Amino acid sequence: MSTHGRKAVLHWIGVHALGVAAALFFVLPFVFILLTSLMGDRQALTRDLWPDTWEWDNYATVWNTPGFLTWWRNTLLYAGLGTLLTVVSSVPVAYALAKFRFRLRRLSLLLVIAMMMLPPQVVVIPMYLFWAKQVDLSGTLWPLIVPMAFGDAFSIFLLRQFLLTIPDEYLDAARVDGCGEVRTLLRVVLPMAKPGIAAVALFQFFCAWNDYFGPQIYASDNPAAWTLSYGLESFKGAHHTNWNLTMAATVLVMAPVIVLFFFAQKAFVEGVTLTGVKG
Amino acid sequence: MSPWLIGFAVFFAYPLLSTLYFSFTRYDGFRQPSFNGLDNWSYVFTDYPLFWPAVRNTLWLVAVMVTCRVAFGLGVGLLVTKIKTGVGIFRTLFYLPYLAPPVAATLAFVFLLNPGTGPANTLLDAVGLPTPGWFTDADWSKPALTALALWGVGDLMVIFMAALLDVPKEQYEAAELDGAGARARFRHITLPNISPIIAFAVVTGVIQAMQYYAQPLVAGKVAAGVIGGSGQQFEPGYPDKSTLTLPQLVYNLGFQRFDYGTACVVALVLFALSMAFTALLMRRRGGLIGAGE
Repeated sequence: MSTHGRKAVLHWIGVHALGVAAALFFVLPFVFILLTSLMGDRQALTRDLWPDTWEWDNYATVWNTPGFLTWWRNTLLYAGLGTLLTVVSSVPVAYALAKFRFRLRRLSLLLVIAMMMLPPQVVVIPMYLFWAKQVDLSGTLWPLIVPMAFGDAFSIFLLRQFLLTIPDEYLDAARVDGCGEVRTLLRVVLPMAKPGIAAVALFQFFCAWNDYFGPQIYASDNPAAWTLSYGLESFKGAHHTNWNLTMAATVLVMAPVIVLFFFAQKAFVEGVTLTGVKG
Repeated sequence: MSPWLIGFAVFFAYPLLSTLYFSFTRYDGFRQPSFNGLDNWSYVFTDYPLFWPAVRNTLWLVAVMVTCRVAFGLGVGLLVTKIKTGVGIFRTLFYLPYLAPPVAATLAFVFLLNPGTGPANTLLDAVGLPTPGWFTDADWSKPALTALALWGVGDLMVIFMAALLDVPKEQYEAAELDGAGARARFRHITLPNISPIIAFAVVTGVIQAMQYYAQPLVAGKVAAGVIGGSGQQFEPGYPDKSTLTLPQLVYNLGFQRFDYGTACVVALVLFALSMAFTALLMRRRGGLIGAGE
């Protein structure tokens, strides 16, 4: 073998060894979570890494814990309805910001970016007082869902970045053919923007799925309105020493996200790339 | 635009002005707010025992956690571009933890890193390495949070990977002809080409550090053995204020101590810091606004 060939082989081995080491770091936590979720109560408190007996019943126990199904339903409602409202309200705004020239366009864009960067805690107190005292809806998920109907800054920004990549010629052609703005948006822009919309919808869905602060503020005093993220932490409290059940619950909360990822990998990666690279 | 403008006014401008107003009042949510000048402000900056620890923790997170995440994300991104066999599998495995819901991931890490019987310390012990107390030791709780953040580095891996693949091949070929080694090529070609993405990753990382909430809160509570759920009082930042962040103070002051006026002061500090970093982002990277501006 030539020196060059040997070097290439060593390089291949080195890179892949490093890859396997990194893979262990990323995968082992999942493996230990799964293994612990299948241990008995007492074994989960020991240093054992491998279950003695495989307690598949742990999953049934978690699933049948009072409240668990309610948290699922609430999370789906919050994430599903919230995502729908976000997409419907954000697309037109993003379209206007990407393709129309109007006064204060630059300022509008700066405001969108500023809102995107704003920690939710900055305005939470007046918002909470409004929902709790003015409209008396605290203890429900509505204070989290309703604002989504007014556009979400991050989604607007992401969609705008995507719409910028659609050449103006398509829009001009539609207008020449006599399409109004609304028809141009529906017939020309929307079909071309599908990957961007899919990415935004997924982001928004997971944002709501993962949200902890919102439900903590608005739903914490009413367990019937808890979501998975918020309920999961209290689950650990209710099953104080039962790491096996807690890890089974953790698996049940992680699983839908990971399953959805395998169905929509492209949209995910597209969305992440959009935030950073195509700026 | 107009629905968004209504949203902007109702969910941003009005509450922000209210926050400013409440910060100058004593307000418990029941009696009417009464003006008390700069009392809340001076309390936060001089007497509130949790404020400066939270600021210090934030600076630690910005300096260490953000740096580690960017460096590690770049490393994993580079690694993925070099892997020839099974790259799809590696990429997926590296990306998946990023998708784990934060509360679930945090719970899992408190368990994995639990000092007595956790799998991480069991493995460390097996190879003769020291076994820290992680989330139960004030010196190790932030490194433990950093480990959690590194586990979820998939988003940065993806943007670095995309940026690295965008670097023109000709530049590498030209450098190789000039006899540049791997290290020189990285320094003089790769780094300058991807520096806007590094800047982006740093500043968005800093903004995430400003907003860091669910992970340190849940880690602190679970490690302290606090029963979750409604109305539970507990000293935030377990152990010894080491996991305290500014957003937690807003919650603690406003929703546990019902001192809305003081909570609004902390909210405004958070606002000022976030906007300062946002301004930095816009300046450092004119490209964020994008084409045609």
